[in-house]
Amino acid sequence: MRTVFFKNKPKIIATSSIAGPKESNGSIAGYIETTLDDDMYGENTFEKAETKMLFKVFEKTIQNAKLTPENVDVIIAGDLLNQIISATFASRNFSCGFLGAYNACATFTEALTLGATLVDGGYLNTVLCGTSSHFSSAERQYRYPLELGCTRPPLSQWTVTGGGASLIAKEGKGVKIINATVGKIVDFGVTDTNNMGAAMAPAAADTLITHFKETGFTPDYYDLIVSGDLGAFGSRIFKDLVWEKGFDIEKQHVDCGELVYNICEQEYQGASGAGCSSLVFNSYLYRKLLDGKLKRILLMATGALLSSVSSQQGESIPGIAHAVCLES
Amino acid sequence: MKTAQTCKNKNYLQYIHLTSPRTNEKRSLLRAFLVGGLICCIGQGIRYGLEFGFGLKGDELSSYVSMIMIFLGALLTGLGVYDRIGKFAGGGSIVPITGFANSVVSPAMEFKTEGYIYGLAAKMFIVAGPIIVFGIASSVLVGVIYYVIYLFV
Repeated sequence: MRTVFFKNKPKIIATSSIAGPKESNGSIAGYIETTLDDDMYGENTFEKAETKMLFKVFEKTIQNAKLTPENVDVIIAGDLLNQIISATFASRNFSCGFLGAYNACATFTEALTLGATLVDGGYLNTVLCGTSSHFSSAERQYRYPLELGCTRPPLSQWTVTGGGASLIAKEGKGVKIINATVGKIVDFGVTDTNNMGAAMAPAAADTLITHFKETGFTPDYYDLIVSGDLGAFGSRIFKDLVWEKGFDIEKQHVDCGELVYNICEQEYQGASGAGCSSLVFNSYLYRKLLDGKLKRILLMATGALLSSVSSQQGESIPGIAHAVCLES
Repeated sequence: MKTAQTCKNKNYLQYIHLTSPRTNEKRSLLRAFLVGGLICCIGQGIRYGLEFGFGLKGDELSSYVSMIMIFLGALLTGLGVYDRIGKFAGGGSIVPITGFANSVVSPAMEFKTEGYIYGLAAKMFIVAGPIIVFGIASSVLVGVIYYVIYLFV
């Protein structure tokens, strides 16, 4: 049994989101709380800019919940950089507890699952969950220098500059967390680091099928089944794999990676990164759930668990996906 | 224990291989040809300029042309233009000497934030390093073959 059922239905009482200039001109721009004109955010390095973005969303989320930092018990956060420095450095400004989380781009739903469990069990009252990513800091860690003149292959994705945070509390008004399915690591042997969608799709399919089996829900039960950052090609594989097992999610499925940018050539498969699902959920999806336009969604962030060392040593890319069921 | 080898799901990998979108080769080749050719024409233009305008000859002439092209490549990288050309042209702007300048200057700019010694200087050849190593190694090899052949000719 990998699904956690929350008896007391903890609530996400407030969220906040932030995005860089490219994302701020994309298709969900109108829902993003803080939009930036400058991807350096007034700092002198990209890592510092990412840290500041995450700090800003933490601060704003607490403000939106009409609380003070002292009211928050624990922060659960993560990002893509080595030793999750953005999350730890952003959290050093707060006096609450800190739990670092890393599941690559699936970190956001991992944090939500852990946070909801802690609150539902009655151990903590308020948990702040957040993730971020930055195109330039990810690019220099995983790929080539920014100014190097090389082409992007058609399977590549574009790491989101942005992030978001959700505040989970026992009491209050907001979006209810019903249950969560913890994903397992699935590896089908994909080694192409540009083809993250293909590496993550089997994990996403496994989590979704397990979720349906263990909860007894069917695709029709949801208004939306939202995958994290499978991209256009990964989404297609994901739908194929789920269809093979007897579930048709064509109508409900949407991918966060496909929502962030206006479709144009430069990003090819869409957005990716730890900030991708976090940005889309904490802006667009949360607003739609609050307004009642969406009744019930399954948020399923997907992560490719590789490092620049493992891929150079010829290792394959294991994928993971965690699903969280949310109700307005 | 599972390893990268035992994880291989042959059916799945074949399915991925068949369905994944591919690079448009004709378009890439055409773009590389046009931009690469244009860079070479500029180089040749500079060469004629130096030869007929300043009367340079032989090794001196080719060194000056290379130096000017490297300078232009570095300058365009610094101005943030070369990566855009590269995105369009692919191999067309990587192969000429300007691309070599770009591969040295771009990491130097990027890693300056980690300091001049451990950042800029240490990471400067992160892209160009292999080109230099294999360039020198293969030139030694060719030199040896050349030497051996001329012993008998």
